[in-house]
Amino acid sequence: MKAPLNLSPLNLSRRGALGLAGGLLLALGLPQRPARAQSMGGMQHARKVPAYLSIKPDGRITLQNPFAEGGQGIHTAVAQLVAEELDADLASFTVETAPAGADYQVLFNGTRRVTGGSFSIRNTTTHFRILGATARAMLLEAAAQRLSVPAASLSTEPGFVIHPGGRIPYGELAEAAAALPIPTDAQPKSGAAFRLIGKPEKRLDTRAKSTGQARYGIDMQVEGMLQAAILHAPRAGADPGAVLNEAALRAMPGVHSVHRLPGAVAVLADSFWRARKAVESAQVAWTAVGGQAVVPEDFSSSSMLETLRSQADAPGNPASDTQGDAPAILRVATKTITADYDAPYLAHAQLEPPSATVRFNADGTLDVWTPNQAPEQFRAIAAREASLAEDRIRIHTPLLGGFFGRHFTYGTIHPMNQAIRLARAASRPVKVIWTREEEFARDAYRPMGFARLRASLGADGRIEALHATIPGEGPVAKHFGTSRLGNPPLDTSAVEGVAFKPYAIPNRRIEWVHVPHPINVGFWRSVGHSMNDFFLEAFLDEVAEVAGQDPLAFRRAHLAHSPRHQALLDAVLDLAGGWRRGPFEAPDGTRRARGIAMASPFGTEVATIAEVSLRQGEVVVHDLFIAIDPGSIVNPAIIRAQVESAAAIGLSAACFEEMGFEDGRPIPRNFDAYRILSRAEMPKVHVRIVESGAPMGGVGEPGTPGVPPAVANAIAALTGRRIRSLPFAKERIGAA
Amino acid sequence: MAEITVNGEARRVEVEGDTPLLWVLRDTLGLTGTKYGCGVAQCGACTVLVDGVATRSCQVPVDSVAGRAVTTIEAIEADPIGARLVAAWVALDVPQCGYCQSGQLMAATALLKETPKPDEAAIAAAMTNLCRCGTYNAIAAGIRQASEAA
Ligand code: FES
Ligand code: FES
Repeated sequence: MKAPLNLSPLNLSRRGALGLAGGLLLALGLPQRPARAQSMGGMQHARKVPAYLSIKPDGRITLQNPFAEGGQGIHTAVAQLVAEELDADLASFTVETAPAGADYQVLFNGTRRVTGGSFSIRNTTTHFRILGATARAMLLEAAAQRLSVPAASLSTEPGFVIHPGGRIPYGELAEAAAALPIPTDAQPKSGAAFRLIGKPEKRLDTRAKSTGQARYGIDMQVEGMLQAAILHAPRAGADPGAVLNEAALRAMPGVHSVHRLPGAVAVLADSFWRARKAVESAQVAWTAVGGQAVVPEDFSSSSMLETLRSQADAPGNPASDTQGDAPAILRVATKTITADYDAPYLAHAQLEPPSATVRFNADGTLDVWTPNQAPEQFRAIAAREASLAEDRIRIHTPLLGGFFGRHFTYGTIHPMNQAIRLARAASRPVKVIWTREEEFARDAYRPMGFARLRASLGADGRIEALHATIPGEGPVAKHFGTSRLGNPPLDTSAVEGVAFKPYAIPNRRIEWVHVPHPINVGFWRSVGHSMNDFFLEAFLDEVAEVAGQDPLAFRRAHLAHSPRHQALLDAVLDLAGGWRRGPFEAPDGTRRARGIAMASPFGTEVATIAEVSLRQGEVVVHDLFIAIDPGSIVNPAIIRAQVESAAAIGLSAACFEEMGFEDGRPIPRNFDAYRILSRAEMPKVHVRIVESGAPMGGVGEPGTPGVPPAVANAIAALTGRRIRSLPFAKERIGAA
Repeated sequence: MAEITVNGEARRVEVEGDTPLLWVLRDTLGLTGTKYGCGVAQCGACTVLVDGVATRSCQVPVDSVAGRAVTTIEAIEADPIGARLVAAWVALDVPQCGYCQSGQLMAATALLKETPKPDEAAIAAAMTNLCRCGTYNAIAAGIRQASEAA
């Protein structure tokens, strides 16, 4: 539909409170942390029907989604919200990620957007419902004018306006509707009688993804394009001096040209394989350069861990949930429990390697196709790289072959920047693909993490004091500095998961000591929670053991104030057939035990139980029982799939994943050396969705953080051995 | 130069004989349904059928498949087993990001050709492709459903 914009401000109350703001808020460069969802969502763009919807004469509906689809089901969930109110068949929707533009800034009070932070649905539910309701009102009005009856005498059925004499398909009304002024008062349905919302609707893209028809960034083909393969410097921070065998490379089959780029050499050829063969035989004299992005020659992951450990008793900046005086209590306590925990750098390891295709057009515009979670930010970077105004640049966001935080902007060592330089140099469209080896060498890694935890028990057997020190740096401080992180600054992406837990602990102090990472770090599924909940929840089991209490009872005792958490624990126990810590003998003869953990990420509450045994020194996880309370929901089938997916990546990280560095260089360069969870290690995952009615939380990431500690706690119950350092597979855990 | 048969069609491609089949399919023939994930036979995203056998095409020089039948995801529904698997994938909404699913479906097709009613062990042995989205259980359910539909 095309119609003049006629937008009036709305003042609908938002259901979603943000809760504890995660790193992404700041990652977006917000002036300040919004305290509640009113400022997260914002309805400014909710009636911009022409920007979002077009209905073809045949009834097909195209929806521009502000968010990128990378497996989390957001194209389907957003269409579900719109289709509910528009009264249309979900199957009639085609959903695309919207281009960069002001109309799609649906987060942060209508000023920004990003696909991440598990923000999408919880902050835009009302926006999309108003959008659908407004479009429906326009179709009704068009029908009323055509029939010369009051709109109020008409109604709709999915895809049709209904009148006493029959029905008119939306497709026949769309053009006339688009010419109408946009109503400013159309409201979403009241009441809970939904046709689509809350239903396990089928995903819209499954068939395309099951027949090879789905197109990802790496599949992009542009008329006349050259393909580029890249070889980055062995250590970040070096530039190519000379390519010593450049003439020989140029003589290789299909090679077009050889280029020196910041931190890399590129070969352009008529196919990717030819480009890759050439670039891999390049003999490059690398020259060390100065500046921020240089990784020191003596940097290693083991030395970094010792650097973090050396700061574990340094004074730090306290998290906002500090209360009482934990250090003072611990100083005089007769018995304290202290433990150090750590987790390694991780790769995102999304299965689709990064790529970018760019084309400079004769009219002075630039087209960019690249996987991304933030089109406007990519556009800004492209504008700088290409020396073009932003309005000359179109950012196309294809389907993402997984993302997990990989596709934010983490600096200029990126296929897009490289492709822009190469396309300009060659005066041809260019597609850059990073090989898996180059991707593992230039990821923005999940940071290495470390925590020193100290606790003492009160006479009542509950925790009287908890004092944790977290030296390190999250992606927020890394990419946005500390100047806007409060005074004294706190990087929530470094402490979330040790801080901001729901347990009643009268004296609590979680401190952050800023220790920068010399390598690039980024957001990784569930960000700080991906390791910090492991630290805290495993430590909690250690403290429970000293207190002589069962881990479940111990958690319940610290959650007596929270009916929501008690209900969540009831739900996970019901799902798991009761609490049975073990060790016990399973029907198949294996000796098993269970561990439990809780997490509160992204406004959602999660309780996880893992059931494990050992086989030849490796942990076998048989079952994961996960109860998730996101407050309220849109599509339970998508939530189940997301929880299972999030649990799989959490288990993968806990068991196997580790990105090691030596001599300033990343060691694992492919999946042979960077092991991820395979089918053989995949447990059964049982999911229970609890709708407590609390403000809506995220669903894409919350399934991850509870898994590593639940498994570690199960291993401890089974073997008596407490694992405080990830991944488990570093060492044999014990005899089978 | 090489002559190969892809999805029943004879194709002549102007590439070096050691070019991996994967890149011939994607770049030369434009069949981008077959995916690149690792290039070293670790992930299985590039799996195609060569004479009905699941094969990681990133490790197959194109000249080694001359005279053999290559089947890619684009032709999966022409095969009755492949069509049943696609139907099961759609019914169960197996994919998440979808990037691994071409390879998963080709591997599953080869499995059901060999073993029409696979048990868990047979599924585990045949289905070694990686899925970063963790759809392994859904994939197994899809295979079971397709095998029961036979
Ligand atoms: S691309 Fe061939 S196995 Fe990974
Ligand atoms: S569905 Fe994303 S990698 Fe398998």
